[in-house]
Amino acid sequence: MPEYPKDYTLVTLAGTDRADSNTLQAYLDNGGYTAVQKVLRGGMTRDDVVAEVKRSGLRGRGGAGFPTGLKWSFMPADTPQPKYLACNADEAEPGTFKDRDIMRYNPHMLIEGMIIGGFAIDATVGYVYIRGEFWEPYVRVQEAIDEAYEAGYLGKDILGSGVDFDLYVHRGGGAYIAGEETAMLESIEGKKAMPRFKPPFPANHGIYGRPTTVNNVETLASVPAIINNGGDWFQSLGTPDSGGTKIFAVSGHVNRPGNYEVPMGTPFSELLELAGGVRNGNKLKAVIPGGPSVPMVPGEVIMDANMDYESLGQAGTMLGAGSVIVMDETTCIVKAVERVAKFFFHESCGQCTPCREGAGWLYRVVHRIEHGQGRPEDLELLEDIGSRIEGRTICAFGDAEVAPVVSSLKHFRDEYEYHIANKRCMVGAAAPAGKVAEAG
Amino acid sequence: MQLSESVRKKIDEARAQYPAEQNRSALIWALHAAQDEYGWLDEPTLESIAEYLELEPIKVYEAATFYDMFNRSPVGRHQIKVCTNLSCMLCGSDGIVDHLRGKLGIDFGETTGDGRFTLTEVECLGACGGAPVIWIGKEYYEDVTPERMDEILAGLD
Ligand SMILES: NC(=O)C1=CN([C@@H]2O[C@H](COP(=O)(O)OP(=O)(O)OC[C@H]3O[C@@H](n4cnc5c(N)ncnc54)[C@H](O)[C@@H]3O)[C@@H](O)[C@H]2O)C=CC1
Ligand SMILES: Cc1cc2nc3c(=O)[nH]c(=O)nc-3n(C[C@H](O)[C@H](O)[C@H](O)COP(=O)(O)O)c2cc1C
Ligand code: SF4
Ligand code: FES
Repeated sequence: MPEYPKDYTLVTLAGTDRADSNTLQAYLDNGGYTAVQKVLRGGMTRDDVVAEVKRSGLRGRGGAGFPTGLKWSFMPADTPQPKYLACNADEAEPGTFKDRDIMRYNPHMLIEGMIIGGFAIDATVGYVYIRGEFWEPYVRVQEAIDEAYEAGYLGKDILGSGVDFDLYVHRGGGAYIAGEETAMLESIEGKKAMPRFKPPFPANHGIYGRPTTVNNVETLASVPAIINNGGDWFQSLGTPDSGGTKIFAVSGHVNRPGNYEVPMGTPFSELLELAGGVRNGNKLKAVIPGGPSVPMVPGEVIMDANMDYESLGQAGTMLGAGSVIVMDETTCIVKAVERVAKFFFHESCGQCTPCREGAGWLYRVVHRIEHGQGRPEDLELLEDIGSRIEGRTICAFGDAEVAPVVSSLKHFRDEYEYHIANKRCMVGAAAPAGKVAEAG
Repeated sequence: MQLSESVRKKIDEARAQYPAEQNRSALIWALHAAQDEYGWLDEPTLESIAEYLELEPIKVYEAATFYDMFNRSPVGRHQIKVCTNLSCMLCGSDGIVDHLRGKLGIDFGETTGDGRFTLTEVECLGACGGAPVIWIGKEYYEDVTPERMDEILAGLD
């Protein structure tokens, strides 16, 4: 783990300073698997668990922030087995690398969270959907699953409680869209990862058409601490509407990029300081606080914001998966947007016309502006294309591909205009040599 | 063709993770297993996977073409996959790409004449704290510089 410079209450990264933190022994030494004892042998009912998680204020850490306890309560109670719990470990949003570290350094916490989650929703089978590129996290999670079976925490009649839960890994094959929950369900079925229409939500129609709950790695890994210390404790770590702690994956132009778990509501300025500040003492230009599918905001705006759902909403952006990409004054915004537009163009699954065609249009128009062939009317064209995509697609990818273009036009329109008028970048000359994106 | 015993074993292990009638769920595992062994997935291999999993071949072709990790044409002994997405770009991936192009004399999607290296551009690898990131085989290499890149290449056969 990257060195953690300050003393915070850690939840999902707790214990990871130990070199063997991924092992069962280290997890047990750190109080691991006591929550599962409390639930399965301490007489907690499914409703008790759901109520505790509701009280905790835990919201989905995969990006949408949907209240976890509420989502669990949607699972039909009286339907027969099989029902499934699927853990979303696809982690493909650019700038996101937190689930990877939970899986590498705290796999047993995820497993314990899944056993408790499975119990709460009456599922007896779980799958961890790990993106295919993640080999080391896959090995670590599989080793931990093997250890947990061996120790009787997984399988039939866990700890003599009469509760069954089997857990397997499903590896992906490389596709960003597979992280969208219904695309993930298709992928678990061995199909192309193409999102389904919602509703029906997975709780009613999930894997093989059976009731299924999908939760992110960090969401599930938060559960054991909530059971051990109580929902109120977790809630109070954060803000009234954003309970608990959250890992922020900080990358880009900072001195110490890495994962920082801090209380929800921590000022952005404090997070930036934890990450060592902007590299070379440069000026902060723009930040994407939740990965490119959320709007970017100018540095001075985010310096006044806190890292929680409400405050970032007021700042005109979103918390997303907590993927903080920092850009300093040497960054060419048009070039940055061109790169993410290319990403969305490449990754659209293609089943909705506005998303598929629109992604290509957005990329081509930003590309030509970046390469000195833009026309003055291109900026309105971009906004027009955006408005024809937003809200007209099967999944949230459509809105996501529009976010970087529209937000950058709002805040950094002068850079686009400069590119079009002068056929070059306004920050080009200022960029120092070295480990810098060449401003083009 | 007949799938090798080790590939069939891996497919069997995967199949055990899903309900009995859900063979198709083991498909991505099967594609990984075959590619790990043969380097890329040619038509006879895909047909054999279809036969082994008792699936219509089109289902196997769909998955093999949809997911980026599967090679549908031959590649070099080592595929050098360079992330050029935003965080890596901000931290100098362009410089790594230029260095590799110059050193290997190939562009993205090409293979060196000796069949040693294929250069591939990839999207975010989920390791941006270590940008720029390179992925070769099963390993990620983080905080890569041109000098470090040379050492990594020298260590490959
Ligand atoms: N972690 C990552 O790598 C990435 C994360 N994202 C994030 O994903 C978010 C979008 O995710 P979506 O799943 O499309 O959001 P969503 O709002 O449709 O769903 C969020 C969750 O709540 C559940 N839900 C919502 N309304 C419901 C209802 N009425 N009844 C039952 N269940 C309901 C859904 O099933 C889902 O599990 C974006 O905000 C983005 O930040 C996007 C790309 C990558
Ligand atoms: C295009 C797209 C990609 C997504 N990728 C991921 C992902 O990689 N990991 C993730 O946990 N959620 C991802 N999501 C969000 C999931 O659809 C879903 O909301 C989440 O897994 C639910 O878990 P949570 O409530 O615990 O956050 C993505 C959504 C979209 C629209
Ligand atoms: S919005 Fe895009 S990614 Fe989502 S289903 Fe439609 S085409 Fe596929
Ligand atoms: S942007 Fe390169 S690993 Fe994420």
